[in-house]
Amino acid sequence: MSAAIDIRDRGGPAQPLLTVDKLIKHFPIKKGLGGKKAVVRAVDGVDFEILKGETLGIVGESGCGKSTTAKLIMGLIEHDSGQLLFDGEKIGSRALPMRSFRAQTQMVFQDSYSSLNPRMTVEASIAFGPQVHGVPKRQAIERARSLLARVGLEPTRFAARYPHELSGGQRQRVNIARALALEPRLVVLDEAVSALDKSVEAQVLNLLLDLKQDFNLTYLFISHDLNVVRFICDRVAVMYLGQVVEIGPADTVLASPSHPYTAALLSSMPSLDPDNRTEVAPLAGDPPNPIDPPSGCRFHPRCSLMEPVCPANVPPLDGVGELHRVACLARQPGSGHSLAPAQQVAA
Amino acid sequence: MTASAIPPTSSDPAVEIRGLSVTFGGKVRAVDGVDLVLGRGQAVALIGESGSGKSVTLRAIMRLNPENKTKIEGSIRVAGQDVMAMSKRELTRLRGRAVAMIFQEPLLALDPVYTVGRQITEAIRRHEGLSETQARARALELFERVRIPSPQRRLDAYPHEMSGGMRQRAMIALALACRPKVLLADEPTTALDATVQIQILLLLRELQAELGLSTIFVTHDLGAAVEVADRIAVMYAGRIVESGTARQVVLSPNHPYTIGLLSSRADGALVKGSRLETIPGSPPDLANRKPGCPFAPRCFLAIDRCHKEVPPTVEVGPGHGAACWRSDEAGAAFRERLEAVAAVA
Repeated sequence: MSAAIDIRDRGGPAQPLLTVDKLIKHFPIKKGLGGKKAVVRAVDGVDFEILKGETLGIVGESGCGKSTTAKLIMGLIEHDSGQLLFDGEKIGSRALPMRSFRAQTQMVFQDSYSSLNPRMTVEASIAFGPQVHGVPKRQAIERARSLLARVGLEPTRFAARYPHELSGGQRQRVNIARALALEPRLVVLDEAVSALDKSVEAQVLNLLLDLKQDFNLTYLFISHDLNVVRFICDRVAVMYLGQVVEIGPADTVLASPSHPYTAALLSSMPSLDPDNRTEVAPLAGDPPNPIDPPSGCRFHPRCSLMEPVCPANVPPLDGVGELHRVACLARQPGSGHSLAPAQQVAA
Repeated sequence: MTASAIPPTSSDPAVEIRGLSVTFGGKVRAVDGVDLVLGRGQAVALIGESGSGKSVTLRAIMRLNPENKTKIEGSIRVAGQDVMAMSKRELTRLRGRAVAMIFQEPLLALDPVYTVGRQITEAIRRHEGLSETQARARALELFERVRIPSPQRRLDAYPHEMSGGMRQRAMIALALACRPKVLLADEPTTALDATVQIQILLLLRELQAELGLSTIFVTHDLGAAVEVADRIAVMYAGRIVESGTARQVVLSPNHPYTIGLLSSRADGALVKGSRLETIPGSPPDLANRKPGCPFAPRCFLAIDRCHKEVPPTVEVGPGHGAACWRSDEAGAAFRERLEAVAAVA
């Protein structure tokens, strides 16, 4: 496929491919015998945009809401409030019905085995989506075979195999081929390489880079591995307890982080230098429970920069540089935090 | 004689494995001739990818692999005592008392229907015959030792009531309950979040130094290995292909597989967005071993000989061994790569 103009591209290059606006999802749970109602604030006011042709990474620890965000975007679960726009159109509106949105957005999951039907050959799995969307069977199978070849699996050897006859890396290639079968514009990769061995992970990352170029794709890349994110992403959003705490160009955020949590995540990575091992853990304890998140800045109980203003005020996600935004009172002019930069005088 | 009574003056290594082979179902040779010596108070990391035989090797030390399906050959000695010759009874004494193990997923390793405190006191009473009160006091001490907050209250918690990091600390406390001399850790931080993983790695390092534990640490993560281990042994297809100090293995590797592992890391990419160096192909089928070096089909340095004869381990530096016919060329290739990286940076 060439980089020719895509007729589905309505908004032009400046229009973000996906706009996520004040997205909220709370899961109700019952607590204790009395059945006292509580909610898990899985995603609690998330805003970001994915530009056309870029790779946006979302990083964060378990329970931070990164996978829930992905599922909300895909419409696999319904959001409580907020808005999702795809190429400027509201998803599920008359202009962009769910069905046509789904044909343009596909997802690859972490567990390569459970996301394939064990009773279908890989060729049938890949051809299934296009057939549902009205492509004749023969044509769909033909395309499945060419996609298999494209992801590095010789069709004559692999097309008729079942998922259990493949290795983890091969299965993930099949999942990627299946995601591409509908010629999507956005591909959501939820920990797609996390379960793979390192040498296989590198192969799949290279494949993702090539496919992005060949098929004009935009990626939302969710991962907990900062090395991988730094390698593959143009921009990165850091999530903590259901909120984005920092977002910006990957090189900036991961080289000179503004949020203390991002800094702690980075210095938690094991060093590869035997002469320079980590001496002190940057954070104590586990990430807190999203059922009852701390007041004000949610990171304050674990933060080294905590001051009395932090539990009392919710920090807004504000710009600290071009395209770089951070939600931290220590970085916000006039917040009352002793490290906050001086307030800018209005020109 | 009891299996657990390790003579304190003995100078035997903590664990000594010679020519270990483990075959499952008469076909799959998961471990194929492993030699490994763990000195007292030392920490060795066994690293490798899935199916490399690292966990199987670890389990063999306590003979935890299912007896009826597994054929074990070679010798395993713990503090000079022959584990292969032990009776069931002697094995029971060995497990938990002389040698303890921690696992990747504490939720599966701990019993869900008993409190963690009960599980620890049970182990102490069983092995050391202490009273309930004494055992409970020891359990509390252990919880403080592994830095579980409000330890008194946590002793009465069930595993599902704890967070992932806390459960892993509880499992470490359980493993240390009977003051073992050898600690076997099977991917203990793989399932944890990054900020928790580093806490557990540092705790293990600290405990190892303070209690003089001899530790074998199985992981697939080179970074985690460097953080805790003095020595690293790299496994591929059931064999140790390279071993040496952490510095030797990470900074001057001499086996093409180790070099591949180091180069394919995403942080090793020369230029952002450029392609990563990869190891082509996939690991061999262990049920159908071919002659020669098992890594040869994927190796960038392979010559004819590699496909025909299994390379012996040669010494490439003091205490640094590599099982490769072309270990000198491999070392040179790595140095060249380092220079190329330095030139770009």
